[in-house]
Amino acid sequence: MTDTAVTAPTEPPAGGHATSTGLSNEKLGMWVFLSSECLLFGALISTYLLLHDRSVEGPTPKDVYDIPFTSVSSFVLLMSSLTMVLAVSALTRGDMRRNRLWLLTTALLGTIFIGGQVYEFTSFVREGLGFTTNIFGSAFYTLTGFHGVHVTVGILMLLSLVGLSLRGNLSQERAETVEIIGLYWHFVDVIWIVIFTVVYLAA
Amino acid sequence: MAITEERPLALPAADGGDDDFQPLGIFRRPATATGWRSWVTTVDHKRIGVMYGVIAFFFFLVGGSEALLIRTQLARPGSSLLSANTYNQVFTMHGITMVFLVVMPMAAAFANYLLPLQIGARDVAFPRMNAFSLWCFLGAGIFVNTSWFLGGGADGGWFAYAPNTGVVFSPTHGLDFFTIGLLIAGIASLVSAVNLTVTVLNMRAPGMDMMKMPVFTWMILVVQVLLVLALPVITVALILLTLCRLFGANFFDVSQGADPLLWQHLFWIFGHPEVYILILPSFGIVSEVIPVFSRKPIFGYPFMVASGIAIGFMGWGVWAHHMFASGLGPISVAAFSLSTMFIAVPTGVKILNWMATMWGGKLQFTTAMLFSIGLVGMFTIGGLSGVTHAVAPADTQQTDTYYIVAHFHYVLFGGAMMGLFSGFYFWWPKIFGHFLDEKMGKVHFWLMLIGFNLTFGPMHILGLQGMSRRIYTYEEGLGFDAWNMVASIGAFVIAVSVLVFLANVVRSRRGAADALPPGPDPWDARSLEWMLPSPTPAHNFDEIPTITQLDEFWHRKYGTDENGRTVRIAATEDVTQKGDATDVHLPSPSYWPLVVALGLPLIGYGLIFNLAWAVPGALLVLGGIYGWGLEPADDDENPPHHHAPAPELEAGAEPGSTESEEAAGD
Repeated sequence: MTDTAVTAPTEPPAGGHATSTGLSNEKLGMWVFLSSECLLFGALISTYLLLHDRSVEGPTPKDVYDIPFTSVSSFVLLMSSLTMVLAVSALTRGDMRRNRLWLLTTALLGTIFIGGQVYEFTSFVREGLGFTTNIFGSAFYTLTGFHGVHVTVGILMLLSLVGLSLRGNLSQERAETVEIIGLYWHFVDVIWIVIFTVVYLAA
Repeated sequence: MAITEERPLALPAADGGDDDFQPLGIFRRPATATGWRSWVTTVDHKRIGVMYGVIAFFFFLVGGSEALLIRTQLARPGSSLLSANTYNQVFTMHGITMVFLVVMPMAAAFANYLLPLQIGARDVAFPRMNAFSLWCFLGAGIFVNTSWFLGGGADGGWFAYAPNTGVVFSPTHGLDFFTIGLLIAGIASLVSAVNLTVTVLNMRAPGMDMMKMPVFTWMILVVQVLLVLALPVITVALILLTLCRLFGANFFDVSQGADPLLWQHLFWIFGHPEVYILILPSFGIVSEVIPVFSRKPIFGYPFMVASGIAIGFMGWGVWAHHMFASGLGPISVAAFSLSTMFIAVPTGVKILNWMATMWGGKLQFTTAMLFSIGLVGMFTIGGLSGVTHAVAPADTQQTDTYYIVAHFHYVLFGGAMMGLFSGFYFWWPKIFGHFLDEKMGKVHFWLMLIGFNLTFGPMHILGLQGMSRRIYTYEEGLGFDAWNMVASIGAFVIAVSVLVFLANVVRSRRGAADALPPGPDPWDARSLEWMLPSPTPAHNFDEIPTITQLDEFWHRKYGTDENGRTVRIAATEDVTQKGDATDVHLPSPSYWPLVVALGLPLIGYGLIFNLAWAVPGALLVLGGIYGWGLEPADDDENPPHHHAPAPELEAGAEPGSTESEEAAGD
């Protein structure tokens, strides 16, 4: 829980203050925040697992899930982690143009994923599964909806980074800002892998 | 965001840097240092700490008035002062107020003010996020309490057990104010917890490794970690309940197949760490006060730290002892019964270490010390009745009786509040530059101690006699009459003691000009904050001290002679700082934390009454976040020295808010 081994302040990260752990405040803050997010999704996934097969009437998970479709959109989201890494790596090398290119690609892949989710939700509703239809519907839409909101926030942050970059305010020294938002993005991806496994595949 | 021009791409970064930097902010950062504007835009951890304290004390008076209503209603059998419905609202709001709007923020007041000072830092890691937490908390407090004027307060108990809190059983909007208000307060606490965790881990003075930090700092760190991990769980519970109440979800609808225990599990997985979140800051305060007034170092420092961490860990494994009566099954009950008994061990270690610290010390019974000793005594009583709850068969007798009420008031009032009052008397001269009156302080202490025991002592008996919690009245002749009257008299004695405290605050302030100034180190204390002038200058340390050992400040004053006796080696004036440093670079004030925080209650009202109203709130939050992110890192007169030239745009989504928070550290 704490870092007792590190004692003396180490070299400051580029452009920042010296810190006791050697990590910048912003990066450490993101890690602490993500630990909190683990419990958030942990509680949501537990709630889903408790409730998904307790509906007194249909539709049930088996009736609505389209595994091939969701597999494809999951793959798209996974690939966005790769492009996120490429974006950070480009900025670390000082290649602003590639950085923007990969950031935009990441945002685009995220948007495709969200588009897939919107399509999935509408098709489920057409098949008769609304938010209030049964307890499975409530649990499913809440869990995946929460994840979707997280992806959307990530897309907004990526686009903001592109804007900053175009304005000339995202220099090589600030590659860590992109890396920190990358941490968030990867986290959201990892959570999706868990959700895809326990919600879709386990059904 | 304005994207104005196409720039030459792929500048070589080495010479690209600062020269062509253009500030992005639309507005300048506010620069006033005095007047109300300076307070609403401040990012100074000390001012934020003071405001936390003032606001929390205001809510203490609100929650205390609700307590007096409860005790007036229950003083006599068959009373009709409050209807059953109003009574439900009053005791629910009393609980919510005291837990979320009094004890937690009051601990945050001390944490904010003292943490940077105790670790030798100039501010917290993210000063603007710190201000945001404060305004967010204030917004939540006001939001929850406006329910009184908009159809009535929450009426489901502070634990708000669903399905009992569904729309069917609680059709007013009171519980909606509760769920959304707590979500907003949760955002405030989460942001603050991330902030303070990073501050402690990252911003310690040179040489201050973890095991040289004061116990208070350690306890606050444990609390922040608990908050980071516990808040998301109640966030989920509150969101589920909100979705059920406002949008027709089925999470707690048993006829739809819901499990009625889901809420209880989610709530108490948060709720039990929460009780340690409430008490550990006071444990930290007492661990600072007792050594100073015993003239001895804290006994067993590593054990104090380790037991605090152990409480933090074990606090996660005991939640179901709140649910022994719910039919969990014998295995669960036995397991949680055992773990609950085990958690008494690290708490006992703390009690014994405080006593061993006092043992053989030159005790000085100042008001701060009296309140600390009060905590040790009263918390021990509450801890012991807690162990009786761990015995599951006994607990099934005690569940939902006044015995439980007695128990948690002994740990939360006799424990947490006594510790916080101890902290007031101890650090008042450091914060405000004048003492609180000791004579009135002692009157305050004794009145509060007597009133407290009169109020909550008899509740043990009432509970064992079978008086239920949360009943709005009782019939004559059940044997409850006398003790209820005693408890109600006690409650008013507590009220008088609080008035004495308020009078003390006013009188001490008026007399401050004529009184002897306390100087930097009035108590001959041990930790770094006492190196600084009282009140603390805006920049904290003239020069960040280098730390070589625990209680660094004390060891700069005292050493040992050849016979091993403690002798003074330096005059206090020689080892304290003057506070006259100039040109210390400090983070600039900002409007944006307030703007973002203002948006959240608006979204809350929108969710409850009319979704259209949420739109301006959401715009305020979103616009505020971008204003925040694009704010110039510094004002023009005070150019950045070693900050990154452009503002940070660092972010994460907040659980529980409809919008994300994007936040920038300075």
